[in-house]
Amino acid sequence: MIGHRARAVVIGIPLVWLALFFLAPFAVVLWISLSQAVDAQPPYVPALELGRAGISFRGTLDSYRLLLDDDLYVAAYANSVRIALTSTAICLLIGYPMAYAIVRTGPAWRGPLLMLVVLPFWTSFLVRVYAWMTLLRPTGTINQALLALGLVAEPLPLSANEFAVHLGIVYSYLPFMVLPLYATLERLDRELLEAAADLGCRPWRAFLSVTLPLSLPGVIAGALLVFIPAVGEFVIPDLLGGSDTPMIGRVLWAEFFSNRDWPAASALAVVTLFVLAGPIALFQHLAARPGGRGRP
Amino acid sequence: MNDRRPRRLLAWLGLGYAFLYAPILVLILFSFNESRLVTVWAGFSTRWYAELARNERIIDAALLSLSVAVVSASLATVLGGLAGLALGRCGRFPLRIAFAALLIAPLVMPEVITGLSQLLLFVTLEGAFGWPSERGFATIVIAHATFSLAYVALVVEARLAGLDPALEEAAADLGARPLWAFAGVTLPLIAPALVAGWLLAFTLSLDDLVIASFVTGPGATTLPMVVFSSIRLGLSPQINALAALFVLMALLVVGAAGWLIGRQRRIAAV
Repeated sequence: MIGHRARAVVIGIPLVWLALFFLAPFAVVLWISLSQAVDAQPPYVPALELGRAGISFRGTLDSYRLLLDDDLYVAAYANSVRIALTSTAICLLIGYPMAYAIVRTGPAWRGPLLMLVVLPFWTSFLVRVYAWMTLLRPTGTINQALLALGLVAEPLPLSANEFAVHLGIVYSYLPFMVLPLYATLERLDRELLEAAADLGCRPWRAFLSVTLPLSLPGVIAGALLVFIPAVGEFVIPDLLGGSDTPMIGRVLWAEFFSNRDWPAASALAVVTLFVLAGPIALFQHLAARPGGRGRP
Repeated sequence: MNDRRPRRLLAWLGLGYAFLYAPILVLILFSFNESRLVTVWAGFSTRWYAELARNERIIDAALLSLSVAVVSASLATVLGGLAGLALGRCGRFPLRIAFAALLIAPLVMPEVITGLSQLLLFVTLEGAFGWPSERGFATIVIAHATFSLAYVALVVEARLAGLDPALEEAAADLGARPLWAFAGVTLPLIAPALVAGWLLAFTLSLDDLVIASFVTGPGATTLPMVVFSSIRLGLSPQINALAALFVLMALLVVGAAGWLIGRQRRIAAV
C-alpha cells in the first residue's frame, strides 16, 4: 500500500538517524575506552594514529585494568546490580496487586485509574526525587512529624543511605512496573478464571495456577523496565544515597565530570553495557514482537 | 468469588496512590510556606513564587529548556512519525526486527551511557569533520530527539493498528496518488497521535538532566541542570515553587495528550 520509494524514505530516515546518533556512539565509546588518558583537550590519545610511518596502534587496556584492580569499581557494579534487583522485586510486590486491582475494578474505572498511575511519571523526575529529599532528611517532614508526636527521641536516619536509594527507585519506576502488568492482566481471559472457580478451584489456587503463570510476560517486561535503567541510575543515588554505597552511574559521572578521565568513563560504560546486554536483548525481544509493548 | 479480596485489593490500590501522590502534595504545600525552611510550616505565603519570577538564572534556563523542548519534540515527531509508519504500514521488511530493536533500546538504556556515548560521538565528529563546532542547543536537541522519537513511534503505531486500512486503500482505488492519499487520508487520521506524541516528547525533553549534562557545552544550561546544582547544595523553597509549576504543567500536558488519545479511541470505536 506504500510504494517502494516511499517505503525507502519512511524506513530509511529514522533508521539512518538511529544508526548515526544511537548506535554509532557505542562504537565510539568502545574505541575511546581503548585509548590513553592524558591531560589535554580532548583528554585522550587516539588509539589509532596515522603518522608518517603509516598507521600505528596505540590502544591500551589500561582503563579496563584500572576497573579490575580498584575495589571501588567492582563494588559499584555489585551494589548497582544488587540494589536494582531488590528495588525491582519491591516494585513487583507493590505493583502487581495494584495492576490486578485496577483490572478487577471493571472497564469504566480502568482508564482513569491507570492514568493516575502514569501521571507522576510525567511530572519532572528531578522534582519527585527532590520531594523525597524534603521528606527524608534528618530535619525533613517525616522526622519533624515523628518528633512532634513524641514517637522518636531523635531524628531517624532516613536519607543518605541505601534505604533512601531503594525508596527513590521504587517510587520513580513503579509506573513502569504497573503498566505492562496491567496490559497483560487486562488481556487475560476472565472466563479462564471463572472456569477454574466453577471447577472448584479456590481463589488463591486459581490465582497461583492460572493468573500468575499467564501474566508472566508482563512480570518480565515490567521487571526489565525497572531493572535495566535502575542499574545505571545516577540522580537517585546522588541525591538520596550515602557516600558509602558507590553505584555505577554515580561513579561513571564522577569519572567523567570530576576526574575528566574519558577512557575510564568509557570503559565503565562498556562494562555496564556488557552486564546489561542480556536483559536489554530480552527486553527488545519481548517488546519488538507484534502486540508486545514495553511502554505506553 | 467472595467480596473481601477485592476490598483488600482496593485498599492496597489506595495505599499505592497515596505513596505516589503524598510526596508531590507535601512539596506543593510547602511551596506556599512563609518560612525559608522547606520542612516547617510557618504560614501561607506566595513570596517564593515572586522570588522565582525575579530569578534570572532560572528564567534564562527555563527559556533555553523550552526552546530545546519545542525543537526536539518537533524533530522527534517527524522522525517518530516516519518510524511509526514504517512499523504500522510497511509490513515485513528486511531489517524490521533490527529496526524495532534499535527503536526500543533508547527507552531502557541507562541515561549515563546514552549521554556519555553521544557526547563522545559529537567530539569525534567535531575532530573529523569540524561539526558540531560547539556543543549546546543543537547537540541537546539531537540527543533529545533521539530518545523521544521512540515514544512518538509507539503512539503512532498504536493509532495505525486501530485504523481500518480500507480507508487508505479506498483512496488509492479511487485513483489518488500515494502522496495525496497520505496527505488527505492517513495524515489527518494519525494527527491526534502525532500531537500526543509531540506533547510526550516535549515533556521528556524538559525533564532530562543526565543526557543534556553530557552533550551540552559552556553557556548552555538547561532548567534541570540549574535545579540539580541548586538542590545539591540544599533545599530551597524557590525549588518547591518551581516544582509546583512543573506539576501543574505536567497535568495540563498529560491531560491534553490523554484527551487526544481518548478522543481518537472513541472516534475509532464509532
